[in-house]
Amino acid sequence: MPLDKDRLLFAYRRILEIRYLEASLSDLLKRGEIPDLYPCSGQEAVAVGVCLALRPDDQITSMYRCLGHVIAKGAEPWRVAAEFFGRRDGYCKGKGGAKHVCSFADGIYGATSIVAAGIPHAAGVALGNQYLNTGQVVACFFGDGAANQGTFHEGLNLASVWKLPVVFVCENNLYALATPIEETTAVKDIADRAASYNMPGVIVDGMDVEAVYDAVTEAVSRARAGGGPSLLECKTYRFGGHFAAEFALKIHYREDSEMDQWRKRDPILLLGAKLEKEFGFTEEAAQALRNEVQQKTEEAIARARSSPAPLPEEALQDLYADSYANLPEQEIF
Amino acid sequence: MRDINYLQAMNEAIAEEMIRDDRVIVIGEDVRAGVFGVTAGLLEKFGPRRILDTPISESGFCGAAIGAAMRGLRPVVNMHLGSFLYVAMDQIVNECAKLRYMFGGQVNLPIVFLCRSGPPGNNAAQHSDAPYPLFANSPGLKVVLPSTSYDVKGLLKQAIRDNDPVMVFGNIRSRKSSVPETGEDLVIPFGKGEVKRAGTDITVVAFLHLVEEGLSAAEDLEREGISLEVVDPRTLVPLDMQIILESLAKTGRLLVTDDSHRTCGAAAEIVARVAEKGWNLLKAPVKRVTRYDVPIPYYRAMEQFVLPNRDKIKQAARKLMGV
Repeated sequence: MPLDKDRLLFAYRRILEIRYLEASLSDLLKRGEIPDLYPCSGQEAVAVGVCLALRPDDQITSMYRCLGHVIAKGAEPWRVAAEFFGRRDGYCKGKGGAKHVCSFADGIYGATSIVAAGIPHAAGVALGNQYLNTGQVVACFFGDGAANQGTFHEGLNLASVWKLPVVFVCENNLYALATPIEETTAVKDIADRAASYNMPGVIVDGMDVEAVYDAVTEAVSRARAGGGPSLLECKTYRFGGHFAAEFALKIHYREDSEMDQWRKRDPILLLGAKLEKEFGFTEEAAQALRNEVQQKTEEAIARARSSPAPLPEEALQDLYADSYANLPEQEIF
Repeated sequence: MRDINYLQAMNEAIAEEMIRDDRVIVIGEDVRAGVFGVTAGLLEKFGPRRILDTPISESGFCGAAIGAAMRGLRPVVNMHLGSFLYVAMDQIVNECAKLRYMFGGQVNLPIVFLCRSGPPGNNAAQHSDAPYPLFANSPGLKVVLPSTSYDVKGLLKQAIRDNDPVMVFGNIRSRKSSVPETGEDLVIPFGKGEVKRAGTDITVVAFLHLVEEGLSAAEDLEREGISLEVVDPRTLVPLDMQIILESLAKTGRLLVTDDSHRTCGAAAEIVARVAEKGWNLLKAPVKRVTRYDVPIPYYRAMEQFVLPNRDKIKQAARKLMGV
């Protein structure tokens, strides 16, 4: 079923929220106000399309390029930004930072920064859903680089033999940091690897939010019905570097012409054009929405900045749920 | 009370906790078949939904246990041998130990990683390790080293109820002892050691089967006029320093025996804490009886040469007494 105008507009707004929040954080990084950022500009249609196809109580697992995933799943922008600042109101109270933003209350079951380490976690969350018979489905985000890790293969195999309700979403942005995929990956399409694990493998246009939504909707309904996992390979591109500090390091691994080609398929342009063509969404309406999102983003940043910094000794909290005498053993200086 | 062996005590602990809480599940290789005995009979009692055989994918199923714990289950992961923990090192040390902290306390990970520690004999370098110090060196984990049937039953039950990841290392050469009847709740809190034998000359701190070795060394040395006090902290993280320091106040001499390797091992940590907190109690240099710093060899006599045992404890004790 195609997305109606309201849901497409919602998707458009979400993509803008992610794009503008990242732009603000990127400026703050250049000014030295935040220390770390893994850009996802260009890839937003994947995060937003996936989360549109989920129920509110479904879960996702994320990774270090988490900004888009967590906003798409419903995390509050100001608390996301507060985590980038390392403040007390950040979702991880300043302990996780840019690479590990997650909100279990919103169904964001972790963001890990060891490539592919979260894939078996997603299988495990799905095992819990299956065991508790809740009908919930997990969407597991990872990049093309992750598809060469052992935990990718172990996680997909396990999910398949146990028929777990999980959708594996590979955001193939063509580069594992600076190394092009054809130098590292024996198959042209990562979706082909689904065959090894006896699950559907689908190639999706990751710049087209509706295409992502359609593919995920099918995979989710299969998973929810007990049909087991799927692997979706979303072909996409990141407009920023692997990490935001890349501009300072002047690493060159992509041609401008390649970037230009992908920028023509910016998910904001594609979705804006669709809205205009099918629903008469005008440039004035688009501009008004952009202004509104920009203003809300600035408010979110301001609120995050005003969140108190954690005290240094808060570093000693949150390690254990159950403490005992002598645990942890510390001599504080 | 009745006598049961160590493996049976582990098995009873898991079964009782599975009855008590239906969110407890068992995950691992060949857990349905009950290879090595820890999970024998659990499939018949609890069915395949709760006893999950895995592929040989240690990273994969340890990671899945983490996800399941995030979702509210309480997985008991049977790793079989301590050496197999290395295959899942990122998942245990870099994920499981850290995620609660890194996510600001948003989630608990109540997982037990259960394995046999120490050489089953003639298994050579890659099947014989007792790697518990590596995990003690990883904040976020708790490390449990039970020395008797009674202790392993009570500590494993506590581990399953604990809301944090717990590494339980067992050694089947540990002492067979009596435990209460099934159904009587036996739970031992972490961080509470036990004096297994009172003595006056030397404090012998020991874990696992080395408690048994220490006790038999104590019997032999008593005939030579040397009195050993055998202290079993029972858990390495948290560590009951109070019981060690109280014993040292009486004896003034410290011998720590530890089935891990010597450098940065459990003995090294205990000695360091004694140096910080109880140096004035010592009237002689400390002694460590550990594995030598080589991998475990296959040939029996070489293997025995490398491992700590009763005779080495006796020799070290005599040196401490200057005889």
